[in-house]
Amino acid sequence: MTASSVRSSNRIQKFSLARADQLLPLIGVLALFGVWWLIAISGFVNPVLLPTPIATLGTLITGMLTGTMLPDFIATVLRTFSAFFMAAAVGVPIGVALGSSEKLYRSFEFLIDFFRSTPASALIPMFILFFGVSDFSKVVIAAFSAFLLIVFNSAYGVINAKQSRILAAKVMGANRWRVFKDVLLLESLPQTFIGLRSGISISLVIVIVAEMFIGTEQGLGKRIIDAQQVLNVKDMYASILITGILGYFLNMLFLLVEKRFIHWSGK
Amino acid sequence: MTRDAVLTPTIAPPEHFISVQGLCKSFAGQPLYEDFNLDLPNNQLVSVFGPNGCGKSTLINMISGLIPIDRGEIRIHGKPIRRAKIGYVFQNYRDSMFPWMSAYDNIAYPLRVKGMPEPECRDRVERLISTFNIRLDLKRYPYSFSGGQQQLVSILRALVADPEVLFLDEPFSALDFETTLFVRDKLQEIFMATGIPMLMVVHNLEEAVFLADTVLLLSKRPTHLVEAVPFQVPRPRTPDTLTSPEFIETSRHCLEIFRQEMRK
Repeated sequence: MTASSVRSSNRIQKFSLARADQLLPLIGVLALFGVWWLIAISGFVNPVLLPTPIATLGTLITGMLTGTMLPDFIATVLRTFSAFFMAAAVGVPIGVALGSSEKLYRSFEFLIDFFRSTPASALIPMFILFFGVSDFSKVVIAAFSAFLLIVFNSAYGVINAKQSRILAAKVMGANRWRVFKDVLLLESLPQTFIGLRSGISISLVIVIVAEMFIGTEQGLGKRIIDAQQVLNVKDMYASILITGILGYFLNMLFLLVEKRFIHWSGK
Repeated sequence: MTRDAVLTPTIAPPEHFISVQGLCKSFAGQPLYEDFNLDLPNNQLVSVFGPNGCGKSTLINMISGLIPIDRGEIRIHGKPIRRAKIGYVFQNYRDSMFPWMSAYDNIAYPLRVKGMPEPECRDRVERLISTFNIRLDLKRYPYSFSGGQQQLVSILRALVADPEVLFLDEPFSALDFETTLFVRDKLQEIFMATGIPMLMVVHNLEEAVFLADTVLLLSKRPTHLVEAVPFQVPRPRTPDTLTSPEFIETSRHCLEIFRQEMRK
């Protein structure tokens, strides 16, 4: 074999290996579906409680394409995003403001930590008292939990800004306002994005819980609990699956935006 | 402005680019500088060398106004610090450049802070990079350059606003040997072309001597000036300078003083 053909065959090998590596995450998924399928057909579990993965996926696809699952899906997505945007619009400015003054942050640190440690679902009854069982109530409680995460992360981003960059800006003649807008704000962005990403995740979690607990016309949380009540297990599993898929893609979306926008992160 | 001009007697232009009188600074009750005096003759490149913890960086940070002093007076070209135009090159380019701005915007930043109109900023930056024959794609972000190129960009950033003094805090310490040579040559070129006086902290004796007109040797704390060693080999200095008898003699002398200080 000539040197060049060895090299090119190496390259093909490397290329196909890289391709194969990209498929690795699928192995876990296939394994889960395999185990699920084996248990479902083995008869260990009552088939009324556990449909096969294929039947579940079938329900998911027909539900999304023709059935009533799509409106539920859209309602949940809309609530999640409204909650997230409310939280971000209020949380980022407050977080940055808190982070810019150590005294201010220390004054509110305990409060933020306390409510961050309180399970948001424990506050749902309180929110019902204030806002009733309206749609707004579900959005507000989700926004509240996301808000805490966003505030805390934005503040941390500002607090942990590199002193040397602040000093560099000062020595170049930047006044306090320019240091804030040219350095502090941008320094805090990577951490702020971590807060935003956690914020959208918690928004989805709380929206689903609120839909189950408070009740609603449409929404995946309600769909899951309703399907369980009438033992429509195929629909229940399909709804759980679509909720998971939604959560996963929300996270991916935020990671992508972060990577494009905060190009310097970790460099 | 006019009032100052009346109050300060303008007999002759100051012959020192930096003049420090009675400087005192302590950290946590421990005196670091006590009644420290320093006069640096104009148009020189001065390097500062001394044992660890003697406050070399603290000294240039105080002179450049980055950290406050306890007592004493510091003048740059006869003026108080805040009225002097200074440039400062940080030790760690990675932590002092703004990674969210392109290299170009980093260099132009000091001009924009001063509120200079955009076309004029562009002119100034372009003139600077053509003067020093910089062949870098400045549209790229700083982190996409090599360490030496990043440090060069941060030197350009410190130069763009026409400083009257350039401070450099261990500018080579984050670089490997090869890029140190590259940045060192560029720095020499810049000094020869602009004549901007420079005060540079270095952690390596060879580097302290190689570029300098004067090497300041500092003692252990409380820090005082042991000797200001002149080194007057003409520029440009080349790798041959490193083997010249003058260089070897000056280095030997500095090392000897340094050793004596360490024994004290």
